Formats: sequence, structure tokens, C-alpha cells
Amino acid sequence: MHSFDVLVIGGGHAGVEAACGAARMGARTALVSFDLGAIGAMSCNPAIGGLGKGHLVREVDALDGVICRAADAGAIHYRMLNRSKGSAVWGPRVQADRVLFKAEVQRIVKAQANLTLIAGEAAALRLESGRVAGLELADGTALDAPRVILCTGTFLGGTLFRGEERFTGGRIGENSAQRLAKQLRGADLPMARLKTGTPPRIDGRTIDWASLPEQASDDESWTMSALTERRANPQVFCAITRTTEAAHDAIRANLHRSPLFSGAIDAAGPRYCPSIEDKIHRFGDRDGHQVFLEPEGLNTHLVYPNGISTSLPVDVQHDMVRAMAGLSKAEIVEPGYAVEYDHIDPRALTPDLQLRAIPGLYCAGQINGTTGYEEAAAQGLIAGLNAAAGETDRQAPFLDRANSYIAVMIDDLTLQGVSEPYRMLTSRAEYRLRLRANNASTRLTKLGVEAGCVSDERSKWFEHREAARTVLAPLFAQKLHSKDLAEADLPVRRDGGEKPISEWLRHDGVEFADLMPWVDTELAEALYANTDLADEMAEDAAYEPYLARQEAELRDLRASENLALAGDFPFGEVPGLSSEMIERLTSASPPTLAAAGRVPGVTPAALSALLVYARRWQTAA
Amino acid sequence: MSDTIFAISSGAPPAAIGVIRISGSEAGSALRKLAGRDFTARRSSLTTLRDADGDTLDQALVLWFPGPATATGEDLAELHCHGGRAVLAAVSRALEAISGLRAAEAGEFTRRAFANGRIDLAEAEGLSELLSAETELQRAAAIQMAGGAFSDQVEAWRTAVLRLSAQLEAALDFSDEDDVSELPPQFAEGIGMLSQELEEWLSRPRAEKLGEGYRVVLAGPPNSGKSTLFNALIESEAAITSDIAGTTRDVIERNVAIASIPFSFVDTAGLRDESEDTIERIGIDRAREQFARADTVLWLGPEGEGPERAWEVAAKSDAPDYQAKPSADYILSATKGAGVDELKQGLVEAARVALPKPGEAALNARQHAVLSDAAQALRGAIDQGDPLLCAEELRQARGAFDRLIGRTTTEDMLDALFGRFCIGK
Repeated sequence: MHSFDVLVIGGGHAGVEAACGAARMGARTALVSFDLGAIGAMSCNPAIGGLGKGHLVREVDALDGVICRAADAGAIHYRMLNRSKGSAVWGPRVQADRVLFKAEVQRIVKAQANLTLIAGEAAALRLESGRVAGLELADGTALDAPRVILCTGTFLGGTLFRGEERFTGGRIGENSAQRLAKQLRGADLPMARLKTGTPPRIDGRTIDWASLPEQASDDESWTMSALTERRANPQVFCAITRTTEAAHDAIRANLHRSPLFSGAIDAAGPRYCPSIEDKIHRFGDRDGHQVFLEPEGLNTHLVYPNGISTSLPVDVQHDMVRAMAGLSKAEIVEPGYAVEYDHIDPRALTPDLQLRAIPGLYCAGQINGTTGYEEAAAQGLIAGLNAAAGETDRQAPFLDRANSYIAVMIDDLTLQGVSEPYRMLTSRAEYRLRLRANNASTRLTKLGVEAGCVSDERSKWFEHREAARTVLAPLFAQKLHSKDLAEADLPVRRDGGEKPISEWLRHDGVEFADLMPWVDTELAEALYANTDLADEMAEDAAYEPYLARQEAELRDLRASENLALAGDFPFGEVPGLSSEMIERLTSASPPTLAAAGRVPGVTPAALSALLVYARRWQTAA
Repeated sequence: MSDTIFAISSGAPPAAIGVIRISGSEAGSALRKLAGRDFTARRSSLTTLRDADGDTLDQALVLWFPGPATATGEDLAELHCHGGRAVLAAVSRALEAISGLRAAEAGEFTRRAFANGRIDLAEAEGLSELLSAETELQRAAAIQMAGGAFSDQVEAWRTAVLRLSAQLEAALDFSDEDDVSELPPQFAEGIGMLSQELEEWLSRPRAEKLGEGYRVVLAGPPNSGKSTLFNALIESEAAITSDIAGTTRDVIERNVAIASIPFSFVDTAGLRDESEDTIERIGIDRAREQFARADTVLWLGPEGEGPERAWEVAAKSDAPDYQAKPSADYILSATKGAGVDELKQGLVEAARVALPKPGEAALNARQHAVLSDAAQALRGAIDQGDPLLCAEELRQARGAFDRLIGRTTTEDMLDALFGRFCIGK
């Protein structure tokens, strides 16, 4: 069997979601990986989720993806970041046992219908008249497929740096990577270089845990996946330490030996996740930086010191680590290093993550200039669903900036490109108040069911939940009088008048539990049986005035989304566009007028010129 | 490619000179067809215009501006012809006969300037005001808008809000990392100052006020000399004057400029409660409506009986039945003109305060409404304890600024705006 609808290359987070997503859509799919045993490996930090990233993986879960279920299976520490802020910016995050996480990913992948796993080295794309026709493996095997998804991480020209040491890196063997890389370079795709890094791993048995403050797992019961009923594993705590002046001195004395400062690496790294030498250099006035010591699993002594990613020489890493509280005797098991790699300018991609230059070829994950498991998983899912939709009679779910972080990310990537590794942040989402990590199912699962990428199990769960929503609705509409609330010692004014429960919940100090005396027993029971849903509905009510104000904005947005600037739109012929505007618009190829407005540097006047010309062009076509 | 358009860009003929503008890719070839030769860019040249049959149309001054650095951003030609109706009609016919050329629609030249990036929305709005400006003050305010002064101001506000947003977003997205500090103490102060600045702009006199003029309503009982004073103020005989009480039954309104300031003088029916004449009663009701709309009411009746804040005027100081108004603001004789200049001077001073200052950009209704949205959002941000909602308010304010300079403009709004221009601009 050498013929498929969709071929996925790579078994990381992007590859797994792409392969499973395509298979769920009913496409005959194969996942090709050099080492099938490495599918689902966490290559860097052992954590899933976080600010913005938690939103992404919850959305992947809402469309029945793999990552959240695997995260719950491996989770040994749950933490809701930003808990003190509004719920729209809460970031669910877990630390996962690498072994348990990988085992669950492999279990799901193997159980997935329509999905074949092929162990092999991808050697070259097979192209026919400019289109993808399949893949050739290093052993000469030819695989047929009209759609191929590249989820190959940093294999394109990856170099590892550690002090004066250099290694050529990449997860695919050197020769095959070169042939594939040569093909991509031959396609004249715009490429650029980025940098990322990882900290040294420490032997937990050499850490003086007792001397350090602990950070315990949240004692609540929330989980990453909507389908996980309860937390599976014993929960471990992290410890917090800090860098010290002595550690900073050790770094400063050796800055010239860091490839970041010696000039060996000149690619841009992530501003929001800088290496420790970068932090010392840029924030010289600070006497210390926080470091989280995160256990990598239940059955390993490895500890991940979050916050000291570095490419300094091994001896300096050693001195720096030992200068920190609780780490005076710490042993480094695996030193940290920096990776510099090539990525494709994602503006060469269409919104379904297909390369404009090579129809049928999709790219997802780090190859598109992003960083992080979560960003990779979300892109993999979108590439998988769209590639499958191209070969089946189904349609991928419609995602836009108003309904998902996934669409925000893909829109940002394909229109704006990247100048540093792209990481999701809540501030990237304009409609953040409606895009909460805890309402991802409400936003997306229905779209997933309609697209056909959601399992029966999740469909049933969702139906059940929507039924509960109908039951709970009257509770929010029930009116209570301020006098009654005030008499029950709730912090409201006596003369506030009669208001629905949805409005009372907006008052500081008024919680569901406070209002139960006035609520019908049956409704109260329904509430306690569906607390997650009830919380979500209460948040909707709280944000309601703001959401209502956004409606006009969304109408305008959708109207200009409807004005298509199709692939062959002649930006160069629009009268009055400066050559700079033409260059920016042509390289981003915005598919709609609304998207054109988000291309960086495009002026209001240029947009108006586009609008006028696009109308004429549309009528003429 | 768009058509090449032309139109008479000067006032309605006949006039001493009639200017025809041609804009578009065919402007140069059209000029060659009419004049039979090429022209040096940006130089005026006297030439003979001929139609396709070689018959002379006119002796005209021709200006040639190759694009894109022109008013419309396209190739542009101006024909300064003799301003007779027949001449301009003949030249227009000759242009219309050239293929690829057509008469311009209302506002089309400005629309092209906008579409070609020569001006932004606020500038286009300023230009619209400029073209309809009738007084020096209107012109000065409009030139500020058309010159981009307001756009620059909005851009500065937008940058200020963006900076505040960035501080807030850093606190929202990175608060769990101790390397990012909490909100700086100047944050709330920054929003407050910006909000105050917007309120100050919103409280400024509006652009419409310049178009409508400073509104002065004359009021008083019948036969108190309102219409005589009205005529003295507007220096014509617009209102019918007579000695019979109740001659002015309706409201008469006249616009005049005094010392370059636009005024709108309104003469009302005399206020007699006991009137049984229906038409006159309606006139009295209208007079009361006028008081509400007035910037200043001149009260010619007995002292203290006029509407609140009215100026007490004794208009018939020379009449035999003159009733003394001991604390009158102005004592004058409308028939002989004594004291009228002092009253005019007083009105000019009041109007200078109430109308946009010379050289200050004034907001039109749309700009005022959108800027109010921004101000409302900023006020909401000040009171907002939840940083997430504060961030949303700031985002709304940014959206309003974008709308002000046309970043998220819709086509309807453009049509409405450009429809206001007379053809040829």
C-alpha cells in the first residue's frame, strides 16, 4: 500500500496533529518518521500550555486534537497562570512526565483509523508539473500522495552552539535532509534564520530542595482536555530559586565565549524568552532572575531549570548553576545549547498553510518560524484538516480572528511574517474577551462536528453540554431584588432594584453560592453538576457589555473579509499604490481586503485605493 | 485602468476665466490633441486650442503636471480658458469626443487624490469644508484640516494609547515572570491626561458652527424695533418693516459676515401672548424655538422680561415713546444707526470666543462623534479596575482613532463624503 491522500513527514507535535486530524476527516493518511518510537517526544521543556499557549491547545482539543489528552495523561503539576487577572487571560499549563506523555500520544496515534505509520527517512518530494505527487524515502520506496505536510521542525540547516563547540543538528539524517532542503531552496522560497535555546538539565538528587520555596500544583480539579474526567497522576511540586550576583559575574566574565555575543549567531531569538546571558546583558541593573526547577517526570531525576536557557561553554554553565541557592552541589546531566536554523517566510503560505509556490505542499510548526509545542500542534491540525478537505468532500472548519487564537496565529504568520520566533500571546488577539481558554469547546466543537473532524465521543459530550446550557439559561435570567440580597449581608446597595442573576454576578463579592437560597433546587443541582459551564456562562454575562460593543466592529470586519483579493490579484496595477506598498502587499498576498488592512505598514490611503480597485476588479472578473 | 476625467473646476460660467481640469493617464494625449504640441511640466504656456476638425476653440493658458506628484496623483492638465458659457461648452465637447475621456462625477478629483494616497480621510474632509467655506474663518479652519494638522494630532493620540496599551499588555501577558514589573505608577495619570486632552478638543467649537454662523436672534414684543435693527445689522431690507404691530409673522434668517466672522441673524415674530391671529401664534412658537438654538438673544422688550442670558437692548432710543432701560447693555437708534456699530463690535467679540479660533482645526459632526467614542473609551479605562477590561477600552479608543483617519473606512462613508464635493474638485 503506497498510495495515500495525505502524507505527513515528522512525528512531533505538529506532525501528530496533522496526521490524526487528516485521518479524522476521513483522508487515507500516512505519517512518516525516521524513528516511530520518537513520535510524541517532548524535545525541550516538559510543559504544555501557558499564557496564550493554553488557549491554543484548548482549541486544538475542541477540534478533537491529541495534545491536551496526552498532556492530562502525563500531567504531574497543574497551574492556572494569571489566575489573579480576568478569566480571558488565564493560562492553563501543565508539567508532564515525558514518558507518560509520549506513551499516550503513541496510543492515540496507533488507535487512529485511516492512519498508517511508516518508519523511514524522507529523502525527496516527488513533484509532477509543479505539484506535489508524493515522497521518496531514503531506501528508494516511492509513496504516492497529492498532499504532503512538512512537520520537520528545525531540520533545515540547523546548527547547535555551545560555547566554542559546534554540532550540525536536525532530527532527520544529514543526507536526506540535504536533498529535501535543496528541493525547497530550489523552489526559490523566501527563507530566513532564527535562533532558540535550551537550559542545562540538572540531576534532581543533587538539589537541596528543602532550602528552596515550593510551588505546589493547583489543588483544583480542572484538566487540559474537555474529555478528561479527572487528574490521573500524583502531583509533584516545583521549587523556585534565583540567579545571584555571583552567577551573573560568572556569565559576564565569559560573555565573549557565548556564540550569541562572539558573533557566531546573528539570527534573532525570542525577545520574550531570552537566554540568561541575554538577560544579564540587557537588564544589567537586576540582581537576580527567577528560575523554576521543574521535575521532568515521576520516574526520572532530571530537572528542567526554567529561565536559564544558555549557549555558554559547559564550564561556565557549571559555575553559574552552582552559584544559585539550593544548587551549590548540583550536577549538570545535559548542558544547555543554542540552535540556529532556517525557516520559511510564512508569508509564502496561504491561510491553509499550503505553499503558494508548490501546490499540495503544506508546512506546519517550527519550519514556519514559530516556537513552542502549542503553536506547532495548532498549525499541524490546520494543515491536516485542510489537506484532508482537499481530497475528501468535507470542508475544514471556518476559523477567523473573531473565533480562535489558531486563526489569529495563522493570520499573523501568513500576513506579517516573523522577525523572531513567533509565540502566542493573549495581546495578539483583538477579540480576547470572547476567546477564552475555558470556552474553546463552545466556540469550536460545533464547527468541528460539522466539518467531520470530531469523534463520536466528543460529539456526544458536546450535545450533552449544550443541553445543560439550555437547562441553565433560566437561572441567569431569574430576577432578584437588591433588598433581599442586602438583607442576606451581600455587598450590594439596598436600593439597587431588581436585576437578573447574570447582572448580580458582575458585582464584586457576589458568587453563585451566595445566590443559591433564591434558586430553585433543581436548577441549583444542574448548576453544581455543570460548574465549568456555569462559570463560562457567568463570564459571558460579565463581559456582555463589552462583547455587545464589539458587534459593529465584527460586522465591518466580516464585510471586508467578504471582499476577496484572489491569488492573482494584481497589486502592481492598483493606481496610486507606492512601490513600497506593492512590495509589502505582494509578498503577504492578503486573501481579503480585511487581511490587507493587517499587513504591516499598509496605510489607510493604500487600503482605500485597494478597496476602490478591488470592487472594479471583482465586477470585471 | 481608470478613465481620464475632466470638469470645469472654477465657478459657474460666465466668468472672466474658466478652468478645466483633466486628470488621468490620457490627460497628456488629450492636451496634445487640443493644442497640437507638448508642454513643459509646471510652466504656464499660452496656446490655441482646436477641436478635431482644426477649428479654433479658444486662446488658453495651459498648465501641464505629469503624475504622480500632482494633486490627484495622476497626470493632470489645466486649461485656463475664457470664461464664457459657449467657450467652456465647446472645449468640454471637444474633450468628451476624445476616447478614454469622460466628464467627472461629483468629488471625483478629490476621490482620486484620496485613492492615490495624496491625502487621507481627515484631509479630504478638510478639503470638503474648504471648498464650501464662505468666510475667512471657515477657510482658515478648513485649511488646517486639509493640511493634515488634525491627522497629525490623531496619529499622536494613537501612538500615546499604543504606548499605554503596551504597558498594560506586558503586565497581562508576562505578569507571572518576575522580570516584567507591574504597571508603572504614571499609567493611570497617562490615561487621565490623554482623556482630558480629548475632552478639551470635544468642547471646542465645531466646524458646522462655522458653516452655520454665530446665531443671533432678535426678540421682543411687537413693534419694539426688531426688524429695523435686523435690517441695520444685515445692512439690507430683508425683513419687512412697518409700524403695524405684528408685521413679522414668521422667522426671517439672513447670513452675513462681519469682520470675516460668519453670522446668522434671525428676526422673530413679536411676542404677544394675547394674539388671536393663528399665523402669528405659529410665528411666536417658532420664536421660542429660536431662543433655544441661539448663541445670543438680543432682547428689545422691557428690561428683565426676556429669555435668560439675553442681551438687553434699547433699540428705539430716539423714539418719542422710548421706554428707558437703565441697565441696558446697548442703547441705540436702529433707524438712525447710532450705536449699531458698538452692538456689532460686541457681537463680533462674543462670536470670536464661541467660534473656532483662526488657524485651529475644527471637528465636523462625524469626527466629533468618533472622537467622542474614543473619549468615552478612555473615561471607561480610567475607572476600570480590571486590567483586562481596561485593555479592551484602550483597544476601542485605538479603533476610534483609526476610524478618524480612515484606516477602517467603509465604502458608504467614502461615497457620502465624496458626494459632497462640487464636480471638478
